Amino acid sequence: MRAMQPYETLDAVPAPLLDIRDLRVSFDTPHGLVKAVGGVSWSLSPGETLGIIGESGSGKSVGLEAIMGLIKSPPGHVSGQVLFDGRDVLTMAERDRRQLRGEKIAMIFQDAMSALNPSLTVGTQIAEVYRLRRKCSQAEAERKAIELMDRVKIPSAKTRVGCYPHEFSGGMCQRVMIATALALNPQILIADEPTTALDVTVQRQIMTLLAELQREDGMALVLITHDLGLVAETVDRAMVMYAGRIVESGPVDALFETPTHPYTRGLIRSMPRLDGASGALHAIGGTPPAAGRMPRGCAFHPRCEQRVDRCLTERPNLRMVAKGQAAACHLAEETRHD
Amino acid sequence: MPYLLRRFMQSLLLLFVLISFVFVVGRIIGDPALIMLGTSASETALDQLRENLGLNQPIWQQYLVFLGDLVQGDFGVSFRYGFSMMPSDALRAEGTPVLPIVLSRLPATFLLAGTALVLAFSLAVVLGCLAAMYPRSWIDNLVNVISLASVSVVQFWLGLILIIVFSVQLGLLPTGGYGSWQHLILPALTLAARPLGRISQVVRSAMLDELSKPYIAAARAKGVPEWRVVFVHALKNASIPIVTITGDELSQLLTGAMLVETVFAWPGIGLLLIDSLGRRDLPMVQAGICVVAALVILVNLAVDFAYTVLNPRIEMDNRGGRA
Ligand SMILES: Nc1ncnc2c1ncn2[C@@H]1O[C@H](COP(=O)(O)OP(=O)(O)OP(=O)(O)O)[C@@H](O)[C@H]1O
Ligand code: SF4
Ligand SMILES: [Mg+2]
Repeated sequence: MRAMQPYETLDAVPAPLLDIRDLRVSFDTPHGLVKAVGGVSWSLSPGETLGIIGESGSGKSVGLEAIMGLIKSPPGHVSGQVLFDGRDVLTMAERDRRQLRGEKIAMIFQDAMSALNPSLTVGTQIAEVYRLRRKCSQAEAERKAIELMDRVKIPSAKTRVGCYPHEFSGGMCQRVMIATALALNPQILIADEPTTALDVTVQRQIMTLLAELQREDGMALVLITHDLGLVAETVDRAMVMYAGRIVESGPVDALFETPTHPYTRGLIRSMPRLDGASGALHAIGGTPPAAGRMPRGCAFHPRCEQRVDRCLTERPNLRMVAKGQAAACHLAEETRHD
Repeated sequence: MPYLLRRFMQSLLLLFVLISFVFVVGRIIGDPALIMLGTSASETALDQLRENLGLNQPIWQQYLVFLGDLVQGDFGVSFRYGFSMMPSDALRAEGTPVLPIVLSRLPATFLLAGTALVLAFSLAVVLGCLAAMYPRSWIDNLVNVISLASVSVVQFWLGLILIIVFSVQLGLLPTGGYGSWQHLILPALTLAARPLGRISQVVRSAMLDELSKPYIAAARAKGVPEWRVVFVHALKNASIPIVTITGDELSQLLTGAMLVETVFAWPGIGLLLIDSLGRRDLPMVQAGICVVAALVILVNLAVDFAYTVLNPRIEMDNRGGRA
């Protein structure tokens, strides 16, 4: 099975910063083993922006938590390889993995308010890891926190460094999260739906800020989102996930112009045409399968209009359909030719 | 009215009600003069004593005098301390004031309760955190057994078992008394059992709660070491239920100390109260109860105060807090 996954072909540039190979995540639950991520492979080059799209429950967050080494075992099981600069994150000692977090890979979350500790000041939280790793004084850590707050454009940073998260708005909390993530100059920033909880104008501001920081620091950015418009605007490459697997990936222009997988096509069709605020993912008929009850064959077949007999029994693998573009659908090759 | 001030007024009212209750009970259980001098005393001696103690005045007047004396810190004189056994002498002798005697027993009680508290609290935090870090593991199960056992064990019985094992059988520690750290170990352990069990259960569940929250995942994601995630990030937010239960246990600890003192002949207020009850020394009992009650109320106030300091978000005036 693994040998058939053409992950090499998904690499954009020869020396990837992060190379994920056949990553699988499952959980022991009272109802049996639940497969949340079923073998995904992808890679990320320095400075690149990668978008991950998919319905709720498709395994986007779990996959990235696994990359960060944050899946607790039990009940979680993680297999495959997560190569960062050639070293496998999954097999390294927890010490080294923790060193990697913050220092090399940082993460920001959907609901920044609840991702901040309510009883520590924002300054403490922003500079916490900086202080621990650089072994600096409290005063120096505070200076660093103020500097970072300035960078993410939190007004009057000097006076607000001692405030608690509940004294900030949602957008400001997300800025605090971003400042926290930047503290050690990571090479990769993972943003798990960073703007979903915010209203539209604040969403724009946060995305502009992220793009700006990325330009200044040359960080690679992995952006998980439901918002196809956001993907179209900000990312270089995108992956579409369905039921724990990648169903299509490729340069974002190609994906939007020539979507190959029926699911991707459905997503793009369901996008609001005129400056709609966000692309709803619900316009495709039916619902995604529960992680515990995966259909045989192609996981998308119960909802697929182009389904053929093969789809019920045989799972399609990712295959190249155009330069840099791959799709997991039995009809993929035919699609390319029409 | 500020929250803490309101709590303080409530406490004063509570103390007043309790003191009145003590007074009423003191009069209901029988004629103090008869209790003091015994049934063999002559009627003239009894009358004389009633006169001296103001017992022949109307009850409401006695009550007012009692309150007035209390306000001045005068809890009366002991029926026993400072009296000779001869009833005739008793009439002439000036009894010793009870309050200083009660207060002189405080350090012993504090030492016992304080040691038990520190012991119970620190052990409970460590055990509860460990259990929450590894839910459903053998550590969790062990902590569960320990806390269930220590909550349900009868203090009196535990004390006796400890004495039998460590003092009688092994001969390692004294059976009772006061003076060295060896004397402190068994009573402190006995007293610590119950709060240890209850606090560790609360620590466990509060920590489980906190550890599953998003900010914990975020702290791990940014590379905070696990000990800091648990003992700084999570524990800080779990501290409110922990402080609350510890505060509740603190008043129980004071009252529990009374009992443990009698088991181990530990010369604190509890032992004094039991002795005074046995000697029917009414003023001493009254003073003892009032002092213990005042302590319990003070402790509850202190806990409330700690509460406000710990949680910067609590708006004290609209909080439906502890009773
Ligand atoms: N600890 C766990 N135990 C059991 N199942 C889990 C656990 N964590 C996640 N899952 C399952 O894994 C699947 C993928 O979840 P994940 O959070 O990755 O979805 P997502 O794509 O991020 O969705 P969303 O867009 O809602 O964030 C879900 O079906 C979820 O139920
Ligand atoms: S493999 Fe079959 S069911 Fe799956 S997306 Fe392609 S056509 Fe549809
Ligand atoms: Mg998610």
